[in-house]
Parts: sequence; C-alpha cells; structure tokens
Amino acid sequence: MKFLVCISNVPDTTTKITFTPDNKEFNKAGVQFVINPWDEYALTRAIELKEVQGSGTVTVLNVGEADTEPNIRKALAIGADDAIRVNAYPKDAFFVAQQIASIAKDGGYDVILMGKESIDYNGFQVHGMVGELLGIPTVAPAMKLDMSGNTATLEREIEGGKEIVEVNTPFVASCQQPMCEPRIPNMRGIMTARTKPLKVVEPTGDASRTQVTEYQLPPKKQGVKLIPAESAGDLIKLLRNEAKVI
Amino acid sequence: MSVLVVVECDKGEVKKSSLEVASYGSQVAQLLGTTATAVAVGEASEASLAQLGEQGISKVLYDAEPRLKDFVNGAYTKLIAAAAQQEDAKVLVLANSNVGASVGSRLAVRLQASLATNVVELPKNDGGQFTVKRGAFSGKAFAEVVLTGDRKIIAVKKNSIEAQHEAGKNATVESFSAQLSDVDFADAPKQVVLQDQAGGILLPEADKVVSGGRGMKGPENWGLIEDLAKALGAATACSKPVSDVDWRPHHEHVGQTGITVSPNLYIACGISGAIQHLAGVNSSKVIVVINKDPEAPFFKAADYGIVGDVFDVLPKLTQAVKELN
Ligand SMILES: Cc1cc2nc3c(=O)[nH]c(=O)nc-3n(C[C@H](O)[C@H](O)[C@H](O)COP(=O)(O)OP(=O)(O)OC[C@H]3O[C@@H](n4cnc5c(N)ncnc54)[C@H](O)[C@@H]3O)c2cc1C
Repeated sequence: MKFLVCISNVPDTTTKITFTPDNKEFNKAGVQFVINPWDEYALTRAIELKEVQGSGTVTVLNVGEADTEPNIRKALAIGADDAIRVNAYPKDAFFVAQQIASIAKDGGYDVILMGKESIDYNGFQVHGMVGELLGIPTVAPAMKLDMSGNTATLEREIEGGKEIVEVNTPFVASCQQPMCEPRIPNMRGIMTARTKPLKVVEPTGDASRTQVTEYQLPPKKQGVKLIPAESAGDLIKLLRNEAKVI
Repeated sequence: MSVLVVVECDKGEVKKSSLEVASYGSQVAQLLGTTATAVAVGEASEASLAQLGEQGISKVLYDAEPRLKDFVNGAYTKLIAAAAQQEDAKVLVLANSNVGASVGSRLAVRLQASLATNVVELPKNDGGQFTVKRGAFSGKAFAEVVLTGDRKIIAVKKNSIEAQHEAGKNATVESFSAQLSDVDFADAPKQVVLQDQAGGILLPEADKVVSGGRGMKGPENWGLIEDLAKALGAATACSKPVSDVDWRPHHEHVGQTGITVSPNLYIACGISGAIQHLAGVNSSKVIVVINKDPEAPFFKAADYGIVGDVFDVLPKLTQAVKELN
C-alpha cells in the first residue's frame, strides 16, 4: 500500500502572532516552525498501518519553499520512507490542493492522508479539493482509520456524533485525534533521515482563487473583572445585567 | 443569479447554526440585489423549512430521498451542486461545520468557486471586489480575503452572526431531485453513533459552555459542572488532559487539537488557560474563569473571574442561576 501524507509547515503552537507593519504578511522573524500538529496524526497513522501490513511505503509531501526542509526531515526521522517538496509558496488552499492532486495522480498512491486543517490558516479545505480533483472519496475529519486489504474503515466526526464509513482505495482522509499517539523522532530515525530521498519538484500552474489583503489582531480585552469568591452569586447577576449573555 | 444557502437539519429541525447561515445568506442577497434560496440536507420537516422565511429565505429546495438523512459527502455534494446550477447561484453560503467544510471544499472544485471558511462577518462588495473576514492562526488573528473567483462559497463560523427573525414569514418548500444513484452513496455511513449530550445540547452548536479542567480533580466531581450547565442550558466541555485520561469523552475536548467553540459564554473551571486550550475558545464572546491560582494565565483572556476553589464556587453559581430563573 502506498501512503501519501501531506504536511504543512506552521508557526509553533505557542507563537505570539504578529504581522509586518503593513499588515500584509505574517511576521516570521524569530518564529519557530513545526509540522502542523494535526498532520502528525496522519503521519503516525500511515506509519503504523505500514508496519501492521509489513509492506508498503509512506511518502511525505510538502508544498513549500526550501525553508520547510528541516520539518520534512523530521517527518522522515519519524518514519516516512521518502519525501517530495513542491517548490512553491503555498498561496491558498486551491493552489496547494492542485499540487497534491498532481503528485498523487502521477505517483499512484492508494491512501492520501493529511491533518484536519493547518493551525495557521485554519482552512479545513484541502482534503475535499484534492478528493474532488482526483474524483475519489474524502472522509473528513477522521478520528479512526483501519485498513483491511483495499478497504478502509473510518470514523468520521459529525456534529453530535460519528459516522462509521467504509471506503475503498484510493481515498483521501483528513485526520484528527484520537486517531493515534503522534510519534517523536528517535536517534536512529534522525540518523537515517539524513540519507532518505527528498525530491524537489516545480509546481504545476499557479492558479489560486483567494487573496489575503490584510491581517488583523483581535481587539484587546478590557481586562478581567474579579468577583470575590464569597459573593460568587454576584457573577450571575453581572452575566445577566451587564454582559447580557444569560 | 441568486444566493444559495445550505441548511443542515436534524430530527426534523433546522440547526441553529443553519438559521444563522440563512440570515447571512439573505443579507448577502440583499447586498447583491437578489434573492436567497435554500437547499436543505438531513432530516427536515416541511414546517421547519417553511419557517426559514423568517430568516429571509424565499424558497427551499428539499430532496426527500431517505438515504440523505445522514451525512453522505458524495451525495450531498452532487445535490447542492445541482441546486446551485438550477438557481444559477453565484454565492453559496454554508455553516463552518464538519458537513459544511466537507462539501464546501468539494463544491469549490466542482463549481470552480473561491472558498472561504471560518468567516465571521458579512462580506463587503466594493467595486466588484468581494471581501470576507475570516478567523486565522487558531483564533489569534483575522484575515481579510478577496474571493477572486466568479462564484464564491462562504462557510460561516457559528455564533458569529445573529440569526434574524421576522415572525410569520414563510418560505415556499419545493421538492427537488438531484437524480442521485447508488454511486453517489459510495461513502454512505455503515453506522451512525450519536453521542450522549448532557441536556441534549451539542457542544459545537452551544451558545453557552461550562468547561472543566484538571482542577476538577476527577470524573466523580463532574456533577458540579453538569449542574451549572443544566441550570444555564449550556453544553459541557473539558481540557485535553481531562479527555486524555478518560474523565470525559473525546468529543468534549476543546482547544487547538480538539473542538473550536465560539459561544456567547464560556465558563472555565479549574483550567489553567494554556495557549493550546485558548486556541479553541478565545473567540467566545464572554469568558469567565474560576481558578484558585490568581496567576493562572486564563485570567488574562477572561472578562470575569473568580479566584477561588471550584468546589466551593460552582455550587454557589448554580444556586444563583436557579434563583434567577
Ligand atoms: C501540540 C499541543 C496541543 C494541545 N492541544 C490542547 C487542546 O486542544 N486543548 C487543551 O485543553 N489543551 C491542549 N494542550 C495541552 C495544554 O498545553 C495544557 O496542558 C492543558 O490545556 C492544561 O489543561 P488544564 O488546564 O485542565 O490542566 P492544568 O494545566 O493542570 O491546570 C489545572 C488548573 O486548575 C487549577 N485548579 C486546581 N485545583 C483547583 C480548584 N480546587 N479550584 C480552582 N482551580 C483549581 C490550577 O490552578 C490550574 O490552573 C495541547 C498541548 C500541546 C503541546
């Protein structure tokens, strides 16, 4: 079974978000980039399924410029077999989805996994676009994934519950917890990652359909109003009369 | 040219988030000088669909095919695309839900449309440039996005638009068929498992949430959270470590790696307010924090706070709500 796992390169979870003075771009200065946390579920589950099957390959794919390579190497250190980087700035979800679909089509992958969304842009879009471009089913967001031959059984989260879905390969799934326990690279992984193949390819086309014109920070909070614990009940009156939320 | 609104229904009723979406869609239609039609998915009653007139919808299309009761990505996508073609829809509006994002992203390719998810405000249409504001960086920022495509799809974040209500107006309900075949149901669910909802309120839909963290000490103490939630008509939630150790089910975990919520009221009990937790709740309108540690980071994000022991404070709050009602 050939797994393709898409990873994105995002600011570390704890990053304080700031923008360039014209508010047109995210300010990367001093920011540490990590593999998107949701993508780690996809990556680890693909590696686990490969191990269970005792055969197959896990390829990681990133659409990004050269500065994403440390995180691609990290994915290789966690256990992916090889990697592809599409050498382009990921302009928008549609652009990224086109690159992924093109690689997936040429590579004949059976299972395409990615995280539910990236924690920078929070799009939750790429999975469906890739599925539609390839004409194959998408299951999003998936909380569980098991394979038996060419058939996958997934749990998909829906509001108020979950659906158990069976699809045949090829398919796309976007992953979230509690799918697996994401792995961290060990020393051996880090050593072998250096010699694993990382192929760089140029993008196909440059079509995008959205354009960010400006970023904004949310308005600053007024500061907390503290109510003494002894008169906790007063809080409820404030919530009704002042905040008007109950 | 029209605006098409995708309305999700459950057990005969239109979901609250879909009422917001319907309002949003009718306001977009006004902005563009056209009308808003809805297409309904899920299990809907004719009466509840007709009531969408109160949100400004003129017509509702409904396919009564029984297999559409549960979410099926392939079939929903085809149905909505067919409705969009029939109505010549230039703008589609749906909820930023798991269903909305799943079909919205497929539709964006099928209809060659620009897609914006997580949208928090009505669009601006300046000289033909169509701009929406969306949440980004896990609630830490917003982005203004121009939708450059001919067609636009907007997924509206829950609780960011107030559902309008003009009593007594009715929409006409028309039966609609997208000629679905077995192939379209290839990803139909084998089974649907519904969660136990405290008080029947779904966390992603809730406009009030009472949430507990490790400070609650153990699952046996959750009665305190449930009592307050019940009195307020709120859903219950928890922090990640709480669901990791199985004090509470995973579907209650909010935050970076859990559910994102944006209720009007979020009450955090014994939660430190780590940045990953805040990522899932910081767009709540009013945040209340109860923590015995005055230095807990959550107080910085809070509107109201009580420095105190949850075991002492929670019963007092529940009592006060009961007295109010
Ligand atoms: C990649 C990543 C993703 C993550 N995703 C999430 C996520 O999605 N959601 C999430 O919640 N966390 C997430 N976390 C974990 C997060 O960093 C914190 O560890 C977690 O939110 C802490 O949970 P807590 O506040 O319940 O527990 P603690 O940090 O243990 O805090 C408990 C709080 O309770 C208070 N307390 C104790 N006893 C009492 C009492 N009797 N009365 C009043 N207050 C009391 C304490 O003062 C303390 O502030 C993530 C972490 C990482 C690294």
